[in-house]
Amino acid sequence: MAYDKFNILKSSAVPLPIENIDTDQIIPARFLKATERVGFGDNLFRDWRYNQDNSLKSDFPLNDNRFSGKILVGGKNFGSGSSREHAAWAVYDYGFRCVVSSFFADIFRNNCLNIGVLPVQTSAEFLQKIFDVIESDSDTQLIIDLPKQTITIDSTGAFENFEINSYKKENMLNGFDDIDYLMNIKDQIGEFAKNTPL
Amino acid sequence: MSKTLFDKVWDSHVVQQIEDGPDVLFIDRHLVHEVTSPVAFLGLKNRGVKVMSPKRTFATADHNTPTINQHLPVADPLSANQLKALEENAKAHGISYWGLGHEKNGIVHVVGPEYGITQPGATIVCGDSHTSTHGAFGAIAFGIGTSEVEMVLSTQCIMQPKPKTMRINVNGSLSKGVTPKDVALFIISQLSTSGATGYFVEYAGEVFQSLSMEGRMTVCNLSIEMGARGGIIAPDEKTFEYIKDREFTPKGAAWDKAMNYWSTLSTDEDATFDKEYTFDGSAIEPMITYGTNPGMGMRISGGIPTAESLDGGVATYKKSLDYMGYKEGDSMIGKKIDFVFLGSCTNGRIEDFRAFTEIVEGKKKADHVTAWLVPGSHKVLNAIKEEGLLDTLQAAGFELREPGCSACLAMNDDKIPAGKYAVSTSNRNFEGRQGPGSRTLLASPTVAAAAAVMGVVTDPRSLV
Repeated sequence: MAYDKFNILKSSAVPLPIENIDTDQIIPARFLKATERVGFGDNLFRDWRYNQDNSLKSDFPLNDNRFSGKILVGGKNFGSGSSREHAAWAVYDYGFRCVVSSFFADIFRNNCLNIGVLPVQTSAEFLQKIFDVIESDSDTQLIIDLPKQTITIDSTGAFENFEINSYKKENMLNGFDDIDYLMNIKDQIGEFAKNTPL
Repeated sequence: MSKTLFDKVWDSHVVQQIEDGPDVLFIDRHLVHEVTSPVAFLGLKNRGVKVMSPKRTFATADHNTPTINQHLPVADPLSANQLKALEENAKAHGISYWGLGHEKNGIVHVVGPEYGITQPGATIVCGDSHTSTHGAFGAIAFGIGTSEVEMVLSTQCIMQPKPKTMRINVNGSLSKGVTPKDVALFIISQLSTSGATGYFVEYAGEVFQSLSMEGRMTVCNLSIEMGARGGIIAPDEKTFEYIKDREFTPKGAAWDKAMNYWSTLSTDEDATFDKEYTFDGSAIEPMITYGTNPGMGMRISGGIPTAESLDGGVATYKKSLDYMGYKEGDSMIGKKIDFVFLGSCTNGRIEDFRAFTEIVEGKKKADHVTAWLVPGSHKVLNAIKEEGLLDTLQAAGFELREPGCSACLAMNDDKIPAGKYAVSTSNRNFEGRQGPGSRTLLASPTVAAAAAVMGVVTDPRSLV
């Protein structure tokens, strides 16, 4: 599915300074029953956001009025666990376009890149700096510059470069997806298939 | 140039390399289930595309299915709708579909090998992270997201950066009472849940060579729990013996041709890995987890590590122990448990039911324990009956349910209630994984059986 282009994003951020946030927390399995990609944002972090009686847990950052924005900042090893793309959909549908962490699980990272959420991996030190600065001023703006591959804390000017391969970068900048690419080389794939041993 | 087993299989499937980008990787077998496929099929519909290779595509229903009264209509309308969508999509695209009630139905990673869909040297994907299971046969197998499911359905390829390689050697032999699950939980406890992220792992050494195919599947299944994309074990006589004459394995001349390819599938002697670990098998004990990720495992006779002994992450660690209701330094032996779950793509095979039965034979299930015994497939269910295990289990106060993923991820009604403790042979002990508020202790079928009869965490070696 094509998605919105990503270029430069300037936004405040929501901090989740917890490590090993797994996909079962991002979206629990009982909310994976849809047959269309709708409504997943409502259940993002369902069991951390809501009590069992469906009232809001006021101490969870997503429910804290101080925090808002299009950037989610999580502790190291973000997105471990299941391959459910629903986790990335939930992040996107809630309104986030970028997730920042010092380490991402593989499949979650791929899923994000495939749907137009930019995973930005920083050093552990820079991540801590972001948490600290948001803690002291929740309106702190982060600037994600995809063309330059930099993440900058606006108020202090502190920045770091992040990695993304040039193929995926081009896709994100233009809103292209992999299926468009693969459909264009389908003849080549068909030829390849004739010579596979299995 | 010398190559690892992983490199050999990967390189032979690359259709195209993109500079500073992913490889276009050809996929030999695509396994499909009801939860991660509907949006992908919708994508095909929107593009007006048909499935490129229906014969390479296999669909089964497992995640969202009930494990009792499967002959009745599925009560939950959302689940029923998802199952119906898979059936209709399979039909529309000419894909074989093993739905509820079908004799070949079962957990996707259990039925794949059972029917010979899983073969050495193949690339196998599925919209499920435990696809790594199939690496036990010398295949490159890994989980993918729904966008990637759509790619494979429409073009039989995905775009993947090639992972780095890691080899984990476990030498020597295992002590009595130590199972493949313990080996895997031990490795994950050493590497952590992110220790192999970015890598594809080859398991090598005497311990893995000595394991049965079922045991190898358990180990490869859990590769994802240390962050690895997948795990792979070089095929050997045991592998070929297992797959021979199964429904989808090649026969006659085609078998001989395939064997020519399969016999090349081992790591060259002087090939190097990006990372390598070596452990001593005889030092591994029965394991159990005490926290909220699979890396939080310990030997069953030990104590819960103190936060001080950790390298950072103290706040997250304490949050995890709070959730479990445990304290640093606690012994796990003697902890009261409420539920036991035997099953899942990790430990839902016949060998797992044999191991469980061996422990409970002649004993009685503890009164306060609810036990869910869920075979991985109909084939496993039938074997349990044919081998007489069911009689032994029933005499000990246990019942069998029908096949499916069940309480491993609790999408259906098999949910552990909030605050309750479950010893589970599945793969994840994340918060709420087995039901909102549930608390999971991951362990082997042997440890689960000991807990089921004693009602508390028990070292199974004390029962034999």
